[in-house]
Formats: sequence, C-alpha cells, structure tokens
Amino acid sequence: MEGTALSGGDETLRENQHQMIYLTRRAEFSASHYYHSPALSPEENKRLYGKCNNPHGHGHNYVLEVTVRGEVDGRSGMVVDLKQLKEVLHCEVLEVLDHRFLNEEVPVFRHLIPTTENLAVEIWRMLAPKLAFCELHRIRLYETPDLYVDYFGPEDGPAVAKDIAGPSLSRRAGTCSG
Amino acid sequence: MVQLTRRYWFSASHRLHNPVLGERENHALYGKCNNPGGHGHNYHLELTVAGPVNPRTGMVLDLAELDGFVQDQILARFDQSNLNEQANFAHRVPTTENLCLEIHRIVEDGWGGLGSAHQARLARVRLEETSSNFFEIYNEPANVRSGPAGTER
Repeated sequence: MEGTALSGGDETLRENQHQMIYLTRRAEFSASHYYHSPALSPEENKRLYGKCNNPHGHGHNYVLEVTVRGEVDGRSGMVVDLKQLKEVLHCEVLEVLDHRFLNEEVPVFRHLIPTTENLAVEIWRMLAPKLAFCELHRIRLYETPDLYVDYFGPEDGPAVAKDIAGPSLSRRAGTCSG
Repeated sequence: MVQLTRRYWFSASHRLHNPVLGERENHALYGKCNNPGGHGHNYHLELTVAGPVNPRTGMVLDLAELDGFVQDQILARFDQSNLNEQANFAHRVPTTENLCLEIHRIVEDGWGGLGSAHQARLARVRLEETSSNFFEIYNEPANVRSGPAGTER
C-alpha cells in the first residue's frame, strides 16, 4: 500500500506521490501565414523570407504539444483533469487558430510576424492565464515534422498572474462561450 | 555521457473509479473512463538510460539484459491484463499517471540487479496512453531549458 492511495483524504501520502510528473497533450491545427516585415524593403523581405514572403500565404498542419507538470493528486490519481485541459486547449487555441489565415484573422499577428517562434510564444500567452488549475511547463509547436519550436515561458517567471483566470474557469468548463 | 532510449509496448485495460467517491462524482471526474466495463489502451513505454559508454563493450548497458528485466518485471505483469485487478493498483486508481509512477518504482527497485548497468542510471520513464497523451518522470535535470527536466523557473 503505497503511493497514491484510493482515499478521499490526505493519509497515505508517501513515496513517489511527491514525484514530479509531466503530462503532454498533443493537438493539431491547420493555418496559413506569410512572413513580411514592414521594417524591411521588399527586396530584403524577399531575401530574408524567401518563398515564405508570398503575400497570398501558405499553410501548415501544425502539431502542438502542451506539457503541464505537477504531482499526482491522491484522490483522483491524476496530475490534471485532462477533460479540462482539452477544453481549454480547444477554446483558447484551436478555435482561434485552426483554419485561419494568421496574418489577417488573428489580431495579434497584424503587427507581429507569425513565425513558428512567435506563434509558440503567443500560444503560451493564450493558455497560461487559463491554466490556473495546473502548471504549464512547455509549448512545443511543430511547423513540419522536421521543424519545431520549444517555449518554456518567460525567463523571469509566468507572464500572467495565474489567479486572474482561476475563478472563471469552472464557469467556462464544457463550453467555448463566454 | 550518452542517453539511450528503448521503446516497449503492452496492451491493458483499466477503469478509472475511486470507491470513496460517489457514482456521480466518479462520472464527473473520469467521464467515459469511468465506464463500468473498462476500456483498453496500447501503452507505449520508453525507458531512457544515461551513462558513459563502457569502453570494453561500446555500450551504455546491455540492451538484452534491460529487455529481459522489462519483460519479466513489467510486460509479463501488465501486458494483456486488467490493471484494476493488479495488486499494484489495489489501493490506487490505475490512471496512466499512477501506472507511470508504478513502472518508475519497479525499474528503480530492480535497477541494482542489472549487472551491466553499474555506471548507467535511469534518466526518464515515458508512458504514452494514446497518440495524444503521454506522461513522463525525469530522474535528473538534463539540458537546462532544452527538455522538461531542465527548466527551473
């Protein structure tokens, strides 16, 4: 009888229950983008971004991996409620990005080049305030199977105070509205 | 120092249910995973071993010895089994988190018996429940900010 007990309370908190465990949820979305910096001349843009500078855009099937970490809860045996994580991922990221032309349909990218680097950081910012119920650890974003970006959050700690979104989360559970 | 990862898989069924919770609460917490008949997964297990290359063998550890150990201690126990019926889960819910913790414990407990692993350490246990979900336990911080174990924030 060890580890995470089948109990409703705090007894039998032993051993590996204090082991940090990392959970990763994978999701896919498809979006188009093009790279263009208004600070550069057309020639420089062409040179820097090559084919990615085509203003009509091009698309990717992005694969997103969201990793959260924590200790296993003694009562549920889980590190995080996956249903809740999936719901937040769906509402905050996939609904916003899937089948979109990032440059024109996602406001933040009107003034920010939608590179995979910037997209990974933005996904962290979209998710972090909504994940008060767990600890966001890493965003990994594959642009293609051969290229991915990892972002572990801002160097000086969480960008957003986690308690901002905490109380509202339960009201949002199970829906993308509101 | 070299890290070696070996991949295994096994199939097992489970039902997520905590008897101290009511029926409604179990259903709310575990959803479809609380279905009384249970359901199954093909679990993919990865063990990552870290250590120096043995100059005599050219290996970090003897893979055949590791395979034999995993076969005896993990696959023989869990493959084609109902996790809820296992003694390992007599007192805890067989979530994949708990299964990952249990496999980590079994490997750690048996590590001393691996003769070829005297300089190699278990670095990571990774357990994939579906292609969309996986769980990891890291024994050591590896590369700072390049992997889950390395980020101290």
